[in-house]
Amino acid sequence: MSKLYTFHGGIELPENKQQSTGRPIGTPPLPARLCLPLSQNLGNPAKPCVAVGDRVLKGQRIAEADGTVSAALHAPTSGTVVEIAPRAFAHPSGLAETAIVIEADGRDEWQPRQGFPLWQSAEPAEVRRFLRDMGVVGLGGSMFPTSLKLASETLDTLVINGAECEPYISCDDLLMRERAADIVAGIAIVTRLMQPKQVLIGIEDNKSEAIAAMRAACMNTPYRVVAVPTKYPSGSAKQLIRVLTGIEIPHGMRYTDMGVQCFNVGTVYSVCRAVEHGEPVISRIVTLSGAVARPQNVEALLGTPVTELMAWAGLSPRNDGVILGGPMTGFRLSDLSVGITKSSNCLLGSSPKLFPPRPPAMPCIRCGECADACPAKLQPMDLFWFAKTKDFGKAQERNLFDCIECGACSYVCPSQLPLVDYYRFAKSEIWAAERDKKASDRARSRHEFRLFRIEREKIEKAQRLAERSTAAKAAPQTATTAGTNSHLTPSAEDKSAAIKAAMERAAALKATGKESPVMQSEEAKQAAIQAAMERAAARKAAREAAGETPLQPPSASDEAKKAAIQAAMERAAAQRAAQAAASVGLPETPAAPIVPNNVLDDAKKAAIQAAMARAAAKKAEREAAEVNQRSGAAPATNALDDAKKAAIKAAMERAAAKKAALDTADAAPPATDTSPAAPAAQPAAMDDAKRAAIKAAMERAAARKAARDAEQGRDTEQDKDS
Amino acid sequence: MHSPHIAKPTTVSVIMFKVLAALVPGLILSVFFNGIGVLAQLALATATALLAEAAMLKLRGVPVRFFLRDGSAVLTAWLLALTMPSLGAWWLIVVATLFAIVIAKQLYGGLGNNPFNPAMAGFAAVIVAFPAQMAQWASPGVPLNALQQLAYIFTHQLPSSGAPDAVAPATSLGLLKTRMLLDGYDVSQFFATPLYGHVAGFGGVWIALAYLAGGLFLWRQRLIPWQTPVAMLVGAASVALPLWQYDPVHFANPLFHLTASATMLAAFFIVTDPVTAPTTSRGRLIFGFLVGVLLYVIRVFGGMPDAVAFAVLIMNIAVPFIDHTIKPPVFGAKRKGGPA
Repeated sequence: MSKLYTFHGGIELPENKQQSTGRPIGTPPLPARLCLPLSQNLGNPAKPCVAVGDRVLKGQRIAEADGTVSAALHAPTSGTVVEIAPRAFAHPSGLAETAIVIEADGRDEWQPRQGFPLWQSAEPAEVRRFLRDMGVVGLGGSMFPTSLKLASETLDTLVINGAECEPYISCDDLLMRERAADIVAGIAIVTRLMQPKQVLIGIEDNKSEAIAAMRAACMNTPYRVVAVPTKYPSGSAKQLIRVLTGIEIPHGMRYTDMGVQCFNVGTVYSVCRAVEHGEPVISRIVTLSGAVARPQNVEALLGTPVTELMAWAGLSPRNDGVILGGPMTGFRLSDLSVGITKSSNCLLGSSPKLFPPRPPAMPCIRCGECADACPAKLQPMDLFWFAKTKDFGKAQERNLFDCIECGACSYVCPSQLPLVDYYRFAKSEIWAAERDKKASDRARSRHEFRLFRIEREKIEKAQRLAERSTAAKAAPQTATTAGTNSHLTPSAEDKSAAIKAAMERAAALKATGKESPVMQSEEAKQAAIQAAMERAAARKAAREAAGETPLQPPSASDEAKKAAIQAAMERAAAQRAAQAAASVGLPETPAAPIVPNNVLDDAKKAAIQAAMARAAAKKAEREAAEVNQRSGAAPATNALDDAKKAAIKAAMERAAAKKAALDTADAAPPATDTSPAAPAAQPAAMDDAKRAAIKAAMERAAARKAARDAEQGRDTEQDKDS
Repeated sequence: MHSPHIAKPTTVSVIMFKVLAALVPGLILSVFFNGIGVLAQLALATATALLAEAAMLKLRGVPVRFFLRDGSAVLTAWLLALTMPSLGAWWLIVVATLFAIVIAKQLYGGLGNNPFNPAMAGFAAVIVAFPAQMAQWASPGVPLNALQQLAYIFTHQLPSSGAPDAVAPATSLGLLKTRMLLDGYDVSQFFATPLYGHVAGFGGVWIALAYLAGGLFLWRQRLIPWQTPVAMLVGAASVALPLWQYDPVHFANPLFHLTASATMLAAFFIVTDPVTAPTTSRGRLIFGFLVGVLLYVIRVFGGMPDAVAFAVLIMNIAVPFIDHTIKPPVFGAKRKGGPA
């Protein structure tokens, strides 16, 4: 015997299981119509792949898995698809869900059944895909697609859940008694896929026949059947894992991250039926009990209307409704015409005698009974208080979302407080608030991006204009010897363009009403534009020079000069940009109207630098000429080499500048300046923008992750098999 | 409408009446040792409590019969009657009960919302306001018959036959204190006096044992936690024992303190009041322990020999803080030494 652990809390309940365990699993008559909601798994509802009027065979796929978190749906019997429309759905909300309605033809004709005989040698992923297409989901109640839960290929412990702790329900009990061999065959398949070090089958010790049957079926296998103490909710996956292994899986953590996975006996049974026999999930065992004349378990086709099943079991005329699920976690059906789904484990005829209405609630007397009963080790009386006062933040802080809604606290509450209802209310309010927040965040970011786009288009326009005019001026001057004051002329054009751009920006600023932080980035943009314009001019000159070089080998010294000038201009532009960037940081940065002066000054500075560079180039040229003369070797070649080198260097600088600009742009989309220039200015000015953007991106990622985790947590933790 | 569709049959009323039942043995012994006056006090308190509760419920506009049936007012009345002097004037217990029900309970929002134990608040109010009238215990040496006790309670007249010592000024704790202060007794001399042997000494021990039995019954019924009573008794003993070891001449045996007066009543019926105690196990241990320590400190070093009320009320103040501070780990949270 392995060591058993206990979980905190839990309650003893009147079992009321013996009513439905006296008879074997029955087969109710074939219903005339089957109503199959597409949402029979957690995640995306299946996508219909049949049309109204199609004839379908038993086991034929009628809806396909939509994405990874989904599972297929199959026709439970042969017949005709008569409707694909929203129909009442077995859900507490009573809302309609799209469903496929099949009119049975009474022949119950199977399609050719194709199992997966090579599962032993196949890739696990193939088997998982097969199971998804066979519609295998968690039959313990979670309806979580089994293919996803099988995804881990190593495991310490595989837990098979046959605890079935909720009163009245005995479908797993009967399944284990009558079909233990198939369950064990299913475990073998799961074991092959997940390679667990041990397999533990947990069954509450009040099901001695099921334990005996399972032990017999496991005789020649390494699987161990463990009788666990009867205590509600030991059938909850986390609690059962705790009892069998001592491991407590925190909220939001994947089971497989802790080396454990848990499947309901019904689920592994359907794995076996699918893989070995090619039977998709088209039926399940349902306990019919409560206020009925003939309580028993039946194998009911999915989509069988509740009314028909209850009529077959002899629903008491004194009933006051039907409860789907057990008395602890089930809910009253508002519409009895709904079809049963893959999660419908029990139908209870309700009567005032069996399930009397809850007496009026008294105030909470803080007795702490609920805390003693809570299997999630929460402080339910505190959560109740926070939910009642709508202090949802505090409720979340005190782990409201760890609540598995088992109902133990409500059951023991001497004040008859409907505690779980309070928690459901708080949870739904929090979800609604998060949805609202997401929606408004999305709207806000969309608005902000629109403003940014308008601004960017204006800047681009101004820049294009500036480049065009620069090009127009530069064109005739290329013919003249480099080193004239040609650079000053386009700067006049630059000035007017810059003025125009600045005015546009000012207007835009006024329109958006943005304040100083934006101003700074505006300045940065301005500087970037100016630098870009200068650089564009320089580039043009360089391009021309480079293009001319091979054509004019004799004027090699001219080429060298030109290249030197270009390099100097590049440097000047870079310096200019750096200055602009520095000025951006200063609080006394001149506002838009003063910009022209700036431009002029900068242009002058650039011109001076260019002149200095020219002088240096001339000197270099002279020296080069002297060297050439002294060496007597081909002077043109040498000069050409130098020119080439300079040109290459300039090109490399440009490339570096471009790269830097691109990097900045990538990192900070909202502040992107499409100008590829001013590598020195942009990073500095955009640091804030970048940081903000990165932070926003990280937050988004975190939020996404949290949402995913929450979903996963919900999925897995509700894998209650009672 | 919503799950769960079944509920445990243990309601607030059931709990309250089981607690009342658990008080009965102690009550019987109290009547046996302290006289019929106890029953008179009990009747006065119960009637006052029910009337005050009904009036306040009506004023607050909540269902009167529904809440009157919860039994919480009766329990408050009984606890008061069992802690008040058996021969106290009739109006004294009426005032105490009114204060408990009207001010300490209903003005705070009724059952479940009162920060202070109502019975202890009522007791404290009258002992502060009427200290002399609170010293009206039946004297063991000169027993009054039932009629004489009732006459004294309602008319404050002693029989003409003349029995000036018929009414004792205090419980054993008070006696111990005054004898040591005024007459220079040490502890052993005091225990040798016939007064101790009878008043709350011998009889008191029996009553305390009856309360203990009632408390064990409640614990077996899972209606009270073990943490608060045990922690309170340990808390009182933890101060009494070293002091007694250190100076047995001036400090009484810890057992005397544990069995004296209302110690057992407090441990099993007063600090276990769920409304005014912490909700967590650790919180209950801290709360109970500190009540015990305070009880001893106030008794021995303070001016109030009947210190239960003050010890409990002081710790009631700390309950919200204790509950706020102590947050037990949830399922799956890391624990030291645990397997997960």
